[in-house]
Amino acid sequence: MNRFCSLFSGLIFGLGLTISGMTNPEKVINFLNVARSWDPSLAFVMIGAILVSAPFFYLVKNKNKPLFAESFSWPTLKEIDSKLIIGSLLFGIGWGLIGLCPGPAIASISLIHHSSFTFILAMLAGFSLVRAYNLIN
Amino acid sequence: MTIINFTPISSVIGGLLIGLAVIIFFIGNGRIAGVSGITNNFLFSKINRLDNFLFLLGIILGPLLYRFFTGTTIPFVIDSSLILLVSAGLLVGVGTAIGGGCTSGHGVCGISRFSSRSIVATLLFMFAAIITVYVKGMI
Repeated sequence: MNRFCSLFSGLIFGLGLTISGMTNPEKVINFLNVARSWDPSLAFVMIGAILVSAPFFYLVKNKNKPLFAESFSWPTLKEIDSKLIIGSLLFGIGWGLIGLCPGPAIASISLIHHSSFTFILAMLAGFSLVRAYNLIN
Repeated sequence: MTIINFTPISSVIGGLLIGLAVIIFFIGNGRIAGVSGITNNFLFSKINRLDNFLFLLGIILGPLLYRFFTGTTIPFVIDSSLILLVSAGLLVGVGTAIGGGCTSGHGVCGISRFSSRSIVATLLFMFAAIITVYVKGMI
């Protein structure tokens, strides 16, 4: 059942990205282009998502077990450290350069576009670099 | 500043669906639906590998399902410069791995939990992305 849940939730996620137009890097760039010609759509996507998931997270806070797993994996980190700050800034620069973040990048695999594959391979290389660095240190 | 191509209704509907996906993944599997983390774990961790794969597969199938039911093509307009694509991908990969999340993990799930880490992360990556687009537009 948890397998079905993973696939189903991914499917709804991918549908949401597509319906909102977020799979198109041009639309994301137009959101980030605040100073020139602005498309506020991405903010409405985030507000829509938060409107349903915020009350949910509040309600589920005191529940002790999910439906198909042993326990809830609540994020444990609390501190605002330099890793969070530097990592988020680097991510933002990469996002602004092309208009792809991980969700839409994965969704765009089905659109079979060579630029999207190039981006994803570089992103996976980025994950591997951090992984290798953490293993050495 | 002028407003262009604004699609408030489809954006909110898409957003509600993303929120619903976050709920299903958490109430079912007890995990945060952050795409960078799930992709990273799928690559390097044996734990929950099949679930991570199925979640990512679902995201990939989403646009196909949309195209199947609506018959419309899904626009994908991107800067095709190789050097920009590679730099952007590397920065997104390294940045989300160090910062522990992306637009979904920090931006949607984290803000929904009122996590101060995620609120700071989201403000920072939005800020960096807006500056990047501004500077790129000047060149």
